[in-house]
Amino acid sequence: MRVTFTANGKPVEADDVWEGESLLYVLRERVGLPGSKNACEQGECGSCTVYLDDVPVCSCLVAAGQVQDREVRTVEGLADESGLDPVQQAFIDAGAVQCGFCTPGLLVQTHDLLEREPQPSDTDIREALSGNLCRCTGYEKIMDAVRLASARKCQKVGTSE
Amino acid sequence: MEFLRPATWDEALAAKAEFPTALPISGGTDVMVEMNFDVHRPSAILDLNRITELRQWEITDGVVRLGASVPYARIINELSEPLPGLALAAHTVGSPQIRNRGGVGGNLGGASPAGDAHPALLAAGRDVFVEVASAARGTRLIAIDDFYVGVKRNSMEKDELILRVHIPVADGPQQFSKIGTRNAMVIAVCAFGFALHPKNGTVGTGIGSAAPTPRRAVAAEEFLQGVLAERGLWESGDLLGAEVIQQFGELVKAAASPIDDVRGTADYRRHSLAVMARRTLTWTWNDYSKQIRSAA
Amino acid sequence: MSTRTIAGQKNLQDIRTGSKDGIGGSPLRPDGTLKVKGEFAYSSDLWHEDMLWGMALRSPHPRANILSVDISEALKLPGVYAVLTHEDIPGTKFYGLEIQDQPALAIDKVRYHGEAIAIVAADHPETARRAVKKIKVEYEVLTPITTEEQCLNPEVYGYVHEPHEFKSHGSGNICHSQKLVHGGGVTDEIRALADVIVSGDYEVGMQDQAFLGPESGLAVPAEDGGMDLYVATQWLHVDRQQVAPVLGIPEEKLRLTLAGVGGAFGGREDLSMQIHACLLAQRTGKPVKIVYARDESFFGHVHRHPAKMYYEHGATRDGKLVYADARIVLDGGAYASASPAVVGNAASLGHGPYNIPNVRMEAIALYSNNPSCGAMRGFGAVQACFGYETQMDKLAAELGMDPVELRQLNAMAEGDSMPTGQVIDSPAPVAELLQRVKDMPLPPPLDLTNLDVRTLPGALSNTTHGEGVVRGIGYSVGIKNVGFSEGFDDYSTARVRLEVIGGEPVAMVHTAMAEVGQGGITVHAQIARTELGVEQVTIHPANTEVGSAGSTSASRQTYMTGGAVKYAAEAVAQALIAKGRKRYGWTHNDLSLNGGKVVSESAGVLVSMVDLLGDDAIDLTREHHHRPTVPFDKETGQGFGHVQYTFCANRAVVDVDVELGLVKVVELTAAQDVGKALNPLSVVGQIQGGCTQALGLAVMEEIIVKDGKVRNASFTDYLIPTILDVPPIPVDVLELPDPNAPYGLRGVGEAPTVSATPSIVAAIRAATGLALNRVPVRPEHLTGTL
Repeated sequence: MRVTFTANGKPVEADDVWEGESLLYVLRERVGLPGSKNACEQGECGSCTVYLDDVPVCSCLVAAGQVQDREVRTVEGLADESGLDPVQQAFIDAGAVQCGFCTPGLLVQTHDLLEREPQPSDTDIREALSGNLCRCTGYEKIMDAVRLASARKCQKVGTSE
Repeated sequence: MEFLRPATWDEALAAKAEFPTALPISGGTDVMVEMNFDVHRPSAILDLNRITELRQWEITDGVVRLGASVPYARIINELSEPLPGLALAAHTVGSPQIRNRGGVGGNLGGASPAGDAHPALLAAGRDVFVEVASAARGTRLIAIDDFYVGVKRNSMEKDELILRVHIPVADGPQQFSKIGTRNAMVIAVCAFGFALHPKNGTVGTGIGSAAPTPRRAVAAEEFLQGVLAERGLWESGDLLGAEVIQQFGELVKAAASPIDDVRGTADYRRHSLAVMARRTLTWTWNDYSKQIRSAA
Repeated sequence: MSTRTIAGQKNLQDIRTGSKDGIGGSPLRPDGTLKVKGEFAYSSDLWHEDMLWGMALRSPHPRANILSVDISEALKLPGVYAVLTHEDIPGTKFYGLEIQDQPALAIDKVRYHGEAIAIVAADHPETARRAVKKIKVEYEVLTPITTEEQCLNPEVYGYVHEPHEFKSHGSGNICHSQKLVHGGGVTDEIRALADVIVSGDYEVGMQDQAFLGPESGLAVPAEDGGMDLYVATQWLHVDRQQVAPVLGIPEEKLRLTLAGVGGAFGGREDLSMQIHACLLAQRTGKPVKIVYARDESFFGHVHRHPAKMYYEHGATRDGKLVYADARIVLDGGAYASASPAVVGNAASLGHGPYNIPNVRMEAIALYSNNPSCGAMRGFGAVQACFGYETQMDKLAAELGMDPVELRQLNAMAEGDSMPTGQVIDSPAPVAELLQRVKDMPLPPPLDLTNLDVRTLPGALSNTTHGEGVVRGIGYSVGIKNVGFSEGFDDYSTARVRLEVIGGEPVAMVHTAMAEVGQGGITVHAQIARTELGVEQVTIHPANTEVGSAGSTSASRQTYMTGGAVKYAAEAVAQALIAKGRKRYGWTHNDLSLNGGKVVSESAGVLVSMVDLLGDDAIDLTREHHHRPTVPFDKETGQGFGHVQYTFCANRAVVDVDVELGLVKVVELTAAQDVGKALNPLSVVGQIQGGCTQALGLAVMEEIIVKDGKVRNASFTDYLIPTILDVPPIPVDVLELPDPNAPYGLRGVGEAPTVSATPSIVAAIRAATGLALNRVPVRPEHLTGTL
């Protein structure tokens, strides 16, 4: 089947999609967006997290056919012409990236958290990221990164007001 | 394999009539795991994402009519007052991402004994109904007590789809506890839902992952209802006493028929159900007593 | 031409840190930006025009004879390009890290659940899955050999490898064994010297590396009859060495390039999909990509050896250890993998970081029909540490002593001798590390008045509002070796090139080191900056065009390949200075490179590197060999067997719901001596990550195998810690230089994984009063419902 949807603001089209294919497979193998990661493909790791119509979801659990005419935003769509998103920069600066396989999913999930709650408590951060497994860091630097991104975003808002 | 994308509820029913073996998909949190790991290859996948009714809820006549696809995240955010037990259960489902997609319809359709919503739905009372429909016969309501019929089997016909669940607005405190061997993102080793229904002087229980189907602890409910009525506790809000709480826990435990599996032993499941039963009863009763006292 | 540099022959020199991004700084990862943009190419992201998908058929039985394999139906499926069995292998049919005992595809029998029997190449993963299902295999199912009792009685229960099939291992189903006797060993006379004796049987479950990036890679057939393989691995050259003979091609025709690696932790030390992808590519003439799904990943790599251990310790009334006696039985599963090295570590480190005058140890690895076990972070030492640290707590309780004081009283220090006879010739601050974790401030006490269920055992599962919650504190310390041991020369190679690009001196570092996330490439760039006085450093992709860098394992890469980069960079610096001397006739003997210039301490800046280099490039390759070690004597375990030792101490604070048996680790503190932190941010990240894998082993991680069958090959049932399971991990880093090591550094990655597990279990014991002789601790153990 053919599936057309919007990925990171651009219309995309995939042909000969097998009906059982996931959005994750279509993104990675058919439309050139391999940033979302294929760690478990059973919704137990969060590495494939993308925005689907502004809601973070595991793209491995979305059937390709379900995204027809909908909007998807992946890790590749977080940065813009002006540079990296503050969440992306904070992950680099805080040392939250080791192997990096969990990073794309964590970035999308953190981005969503800070959109909803710019100054989350540590426990709020842990709850929000509890669906994103990381095997390298022990999460400490990830906590640092989220706090850093939060502080920078708030500072930015503060100075622009 | 076909991929069917009905735009309306009627189209969905028509599609299900035409392809009775089609597998409905909404949040995809079960169906896609089966796809990705080659567990199941249905003749067709029936996508329900475009059907507006499934993502809506309303409260009429003291009953929440909860669309089958309203995601757990919205149940937590929007319905924790009228449906406190279900909202607590929803908060234990998978991960935030899963809660953004999955809804009660998936739990009911899959009818796995481990579905987190089941104990909360059972505890919410005997007036919980699953509204299903088919193109041929229209709509019918299945009482929650008649819904689960076997391991991963429910009482729906092949041409039926789940539209919504009718759940009475809570008239008393409700609780939900679930055992997992990790502090987030776990399938229930076992779970327990409990609710006080002061209006009709009943209590509700629901046991998850400790029997072939989700089930009620009937003897525990009857025991507790008896004690509450005999001692006038609904009116007084007085302490239940350790013996009652203990006995309730034992009766909940006795209602389970768990197995040993990779997630836990039968003994542990029975043991932890008794503990959860005692604790949830204590929490709800404390809340109820406070309400009585503050009303007095 | 490369030359050898023996680290031990060099004196420690003052470390120049001209650049803030040199060693000792924490510059950002060179791959960080790509990784956060989703543009970093992991092995599963690779794509090639016309590429096929490979997939394996795996055995559902742990032990069976294969009576027939019928691939005809699979071949008929449209979109299927090849279906291969062992009969199609052009070269050698066996491979293995230390013992070549594993068939690339099963030959007439399967020895573990999940063993690959046939492989398929097709145009889509779903086509490949359908084809795999159409392969018909007739099995004669045999009773699997799975217990120690069965393994050790082959005449009754059978052989995993029949004696005629195999010669490399000793006898029966024992893959490898190592004994050790120190002092008087353990005799009745020695036992009589002890006032107090404690003993116990301990068990460690089968842990999985559970790296997130699944095994994957792309094999591309080349026009010269060779093969280009892009793969996520820990050691490119050892992969090549094992794959080329199976393909029947010379090693130089198999070119490997490291693709992005999504974590490793030992699990990529053995081959997984490499041979299969290459065989399919060779047969079809098309590029073949293989990506394991998560379930296949659990079958496709080796795990941590489960262990059964008996420990006995004797001590005087005042707490001095008199003797230690231990037998450690490791289940190696169907194939050898790294079992011999695991056994060597268990036997030589199994006494722990303690001075014990009399020691007797025996470690063995069994062959069984359980899943193969091999390398995982801290191997051999992890299992033993749970045994000896549990014993220390038991002994402290028996003596009525503080468990930290007991450990400190017996702690090893520099100058002490290992039971192997090897004298520890660099800092070993065991007592100080313990003191440091003990002295760190404790987290605030459990406060039941201000409850957030998310911070309690069970968290959002809402199992307690404070009921049954008891706090416990536990301590532990562990020892691990760094680098490959027992006479193995696991040298590393580095090539450094210095040239002017865009008007600036730029260094390029080229090694075959597998960057698996640990940050080795960051450190390589730091070393080049420090040694060459430049700011711009590029990292060449890791491949087999340069010599071996050894494995990214055994905490060895910064030591070994970092060392090689140092020596190559030093050689380049010397060559550049020599060029200057030749051109300008300098006679100064105080020259160095700094800030892009050649600088004399007495005469100041002499010339810019840009001017001195002009259009020339200096391009030199060096090998780094650590000081030689020797194999342990098979019976006595004596010998200078290890390159370096590393130590970590932990304190765990846990809250346990004692009624439900649920655990929340509240804080996990670590203190570790790293010799020199080349990159402090990465060092702390390694320690925190290592502690977290130890936490997983303590309370949740286990591959459950019943009668040889894996029962939880998924992330639904093999649980690893989430961010709600992992507490704050304060880290105290000591830097006591090792004069034998480059920059004085000490390997970092494994020690915390060795030491942290027992501290958590000790804390749970403190909260519950239970013995807890097995990890992972399950709720059943805490509630008596097993």
